[in-house]
Amino acid sequence: MGSVTTVLRLDGVDRSFGDRQVLKNVSFDVVAGRMTGFVGGNGAGKTTTMRIVLGVLAADAGRVTWRDAPLTRQVRGRFGYMPEERGLYPKMSVREQVVYLGRLHGLTAEAARRSTDALLERIGLGERGDDLLETLSLGNQQRAQIAAALVHDPEVLVLDEPFSGLDPMAVDTIVAVLRERAAAGAPVLFSSHQLDVVERLCDDLVIIAGGSIRAAGSRERLRAAYTTPRYELVVETDAGWLRDQPGVTLVDLDGARAVFDLAPGADEQVVLRTALDRGPVRAFRPIAPSLAEIFREVAK
Amino acid sequence: MNTIQATRLVAAREIRVKLRDRTFLISTVVFLLVAAAATILPPLLSGGPSTVAATEAAAGPLREAGLQVRVVPDDAAAEQAVRDGDADAAVVAGPLVLAMDDAPGDVVNALSTRPPVELLNPDAVDPVLAFLVPFAFAFIFFITSQTFGVQIAQSIIEEKQTRIVEILVAAVPVRALLAGKMLAGTILALGQIALVALVAVAGMAFGGSSGLLSLLGPAIGWFIPFFLLGFLLIAAMWAAAGALVNRLEDIGGVSTPVQLAVMLPFFAVIFLNDNATAMRVLSYLPFSSPTAMPLRLFGGDAAGWEPVASLALLLVAAVGFLLAGARVYEGSLLRTNGRTSVRTAWRERETLG
Repeated sequence: MGSVTTVLRLDGVDRSFGDRQVLKNVSFDVVAGRMTGFVGGNGAGKTTTMRIVLGVLAADAGRVTWRDAPLTRQVRGRFGYMPEERGLYPKMSVREQVVYLGRLHGLTAEAARRSTDALLERIGLGERGDDLLETLSLGNQQRAQIAAALVHDPEVLVLDEPFSGLDPMAVDTIVAVLRERAAAGAPVLFSSHQLDVVERLCDDLVIIAGGSIRAAGSRERLRAAYTTPRYELVVETDAGWLRDQPGVTLVDLDGARAVFDLAPGADEQVVLRTALDRGPVRAFRPIAPSLAEIFREVAK
Repeated sequence: MNTIQATRLVAAREIRVKLRDRTFLISTVVFLLVAAAATILPPLLSGGPSTVAATEAAAGPLREAGLQVRVVPDDAAAEQAVRDGDADAAVVAGPLVLAMDDAPGDVVNALSTRPPVELLNPDAVDPVLAFLVPFAFAFIFFITSQTFGVQIAQSIIEEKQTRIVEILVAAVPVRALLAGKMLAGTILALGQIALVALVAVAGMAFGGSSGLLSLLGPAIGWFIPFFLLGFLLIAAMWAAAGALVNRLEDIGGVSTPVQLAVMLPFFAVIFLNDNATAMRVLSYLPFSSPTAMPLRLFGGDAAGWEPVASLALLLVAAVGFLLAGARVYEGSLLRTNGRTSVRTAWRERETLG
């Protein structure tokens, strides 16, 4: 890659609406070839951040760069964007408007047509291509919206809630398409409030709350950094004795099954040995915290 | 993607969509029918020569004058024919012309000797035409700028309402969006007028009143630049109005001032067209000059430099309104929560790369 880092980078971005500051010193990287999940509660600043990346809003301070260069309209023309609030032309056919958006992004008429046909086929809209958008179901309109964001084969993808309103099959299709784009070297930034989808999909994670970035990095690193070690133990009879074990905090106890957190410095092997001394152990395993738990922990 | 390419793409889409819009197609057809009817029907309906009831003795000079003569046995029968509506007039002994309620000019002319007439200003316009033609111009300007102005506003609101505007703005310069819409509106408006004019000219030729055409020529020549600039002026206002609201339902609140700016000058020109001083003033004010100046030109009471000066004023106003409209458009296009005030739009324009 040479000396240029293929990173979409936000650096110290501030933004206020009136006297309400909605973004405070927002900085994070979206690395090429990786899917970056952007997670935060309602009003946390996800949409504002994405709009600033696309130049639809201006930042009050800070800057956004792609491959170390500031974003100009020329550069942004090669981005793919799916805004939070969906919209295409209701009275135009799907194919016609996807071609139109492709051309607005600089494709020739021929290239736009070819790309549109391939894309509609790929996301399962091939047969509905000539229908007016307004006659499509909401899920299919959503697919059309994805096609609109991808038609010009963008270098960078910024997708605001791309999975909301999709049925599970459509989610799988879109996930596969986005993975292809990431594998081809595009950074993909997507926001979602469906944490299970983000968990399944993202390589990196950015968590925003109250307008500031609370955590950013690879999913594994965040997992390790932001959660206390948690274990599940299943014994033969009753696991209630764990209550009196030093360093153990019981999270859940259901007869022979217990879930517990360990205080820093405590050794899980000691707990296991104690359990074995007391009788047979059916299961003992660390529990990876779900993204929802990390999120709750970080956004507190 | 530079601004000019983007403008062309935007304009092409607007036109394509409009040409498939049933309402637009129907209204165009209606205009064409009206134009055809207005030019073809009057000569047909004017009914040709009068029917005259007369005895065979009196019929000679009437036939020579091209009138339709209905020969009756005596004067009493002639009078009865008029009373029964079988003839428009009757000529009885005297000679005396009988008619029901309207002196039949052609019959009287056929029976009189007239002194020869020499017109010193043969081009002077028939007073009826002198009113009707500029009125038609004013009407065309009024209807067209209103219709296409509203359509520009609607197209802007549609993009705001569906939020596709975010994708568009991320892809092309905001000015290209606006310019494309204005360009499309202008092309469609001029295209529609050209079609109507074509049908009207064909209708005049068909109806045998093509003499009127040579008379209208110069006035039409001036009408086109006035129309074009006046249209841009009003379209810029509609664009700004459209950008201020988010939903089509809300357009009423912002469209009133624009509608007044079109309507008041229109009615001022219609009602004050006898008042030379008022017309002189109106023919220089940017909002009324597109209708008032062609009217004065058609009536032959404007000096040669006057339309040029008025056009220059209109040009300055149109450019000013376009710049102001573009600024309001840029300032409010992405404000999608509620209605934006002109002041906010003017001041807090997002500065986009």
